[in-house]
Amino acid sequence: MALSEQGKKNFLEPLFKNNPVFVQILGVCSALAVTTSMKTALTMALAVTFVTAFSNIGVSVIRKIIPGSIRMIVEMTIIATLVILVDQLIKAFSYDLSKQLSVYVGLIITNCIVMGRAEAFALKNGPTDSLLDGIGNGLGYGAVLLTVAFFRELFGFGKIFGFVVLPTVQNGGWYVPNGLMVTAPAAFFLIGTIIWIIKTYNKQMQDAE
Amino acid sequence: MSNESITKTFSVATCLCVVCAIIVSLSDVSLKGMQQQNKALDKQINILRAAGLVDPGAKVSAQEAEKLFANAQIAVVDLQSGTIVDDVDPADVEKDKDNFVTLSKEDDVAQIKTAPKRVVAYLFKDQTGALQTAVLPIVGTGLWSTLHGFLALNGDLTTVAHIVFYDHGETPGLGGEISNPVWTAKWEGKTAVNEQGEPVIRVVKGAATSDSEIDGISGATLTGAGVTRTVTFWLGDNGFGPFLNNQRGDSVPSKGDATPDSNDVEN
Repeated sequence: MALSEQGKKNFLEPLFKNNPVFVQILGVCSALAVTTSMKTALTMALAVTFVTAFSNIGVSVIRKIIPGSIRMIVEMTIIATLVILVDQLIKAFSYDLSKQLSVYVGLIITNCIVMGRAEAFALKNGPTDSLLDGIGNGLGYGAVLLTVAFFRELFGFGKIFGFVVLPTVQNGGWYVPNGLMVTAPAAFFLIGTIIWIIKTYNKQMQDAE
Repeated sequence: MSNESITKTFSVATCLCVVCAIIVSLSDVSLKGMQQQNKALDKQINILRAAGLVDPGAKVSAQEAEKLFANAQIAVVDLQSGTIVDDVDPADVEKDKDNFVTLSKEDDVAQIKTAPKRVVAYLFKDQTGALQTAVLPIVGTGLWSTLHGFLALNGDLTTVAHIVFYDHGETPGLGGEISNPVWTAKWEGKTAVNEQGEPVIRVVKGAATSDSEIDGISGATLTGAGVTRTVTFWLGDNGFGPFLNNQRGDSVPSKGDATPDSNDVEN
């Protein structure tokens, strides 16, 4: 399938230029919770990508028959179904990860990105474009999660993807882990700093004066 | 027919609900078996870790776990009398809703409000049938959360073999370090109870100075205190105290086992 110009745009824009977390400031809540390690962040990123992609397809396919009055409930039902599916699959195939992610998989339902894309994009566009938009937004979100998790895991635990980079004092090394990094506020600071950097260099994103 | 008519709204809603319900039910039914297996295996692995039969972090298949469990006596312990109850299926104990007694304030050392009457413990034997490690489930309140773990005692039922915390919600990097194998290794060989059978082991602030003290985790003094309370409760009179005293009396808990071999190494 060759991608049309529009398709490429739908897919690539949310990765950076119109990133859901940095630019639309959506989905910050879960970005705080699951970014203490790269592994959970990656799983969460994949789970969200899966859900946005398929909920976008689902909503897009039936967009012409959805009555306006129950539009949001229909979207929510589709999203909830997909999230339950993901949760069940993770529990069945990767029990350790499901323990670490605990309630946060279920909370994908409340992730504003998923609902936001269904409402803002999938309702107005065809399934292919919606799929690309969903994957793009999921990955854009995932990229942020991984960036934040990289710093938090490195400075909070001295590890990257579970591999020891800076041996910590607790394990007989020299590195004293940064206690702030393992707590949720650290993610706020990191996301804030990243938004600051991006906005400084990308004049387009600055709020119109 | 317009999208906005009541009939249309109802029919779309109904169809969607049916389709989604089918997807959810199918996934639940088809994956339930695997999920339960995972859960059971996870618990088994934690017990084996506590018994020192599995290295922390090692992957263990269900078959391997099964094999390692072959030498274990899964014993239903009546905490009050301190005896092993033979005629109760261990699987039923966890389901029994009447299994709990409310603890009085003074007794509630571990801050768990209710304590079970009967508990499933895992007694690992060597080839001669002598007790090697007794893995006891423990639960108590840490700083933020309930700590779930297993305390394993050596065959003498006085010194600690291992301790494992498999479920807790303490701060990662601080209190969460109680599940770090490097820290739990400090428990190995420490004296848990004194000659009178009273629990003496505790987590101290800073470095340990006697063989019944464990180095504290810096930044996790309160979690450490929670661990001390938990262990104290479960080794004490309302926990496994009576059971451990009984077992120390007749070192080989042979109930429900084949006839113990004559070369009894424990005595």
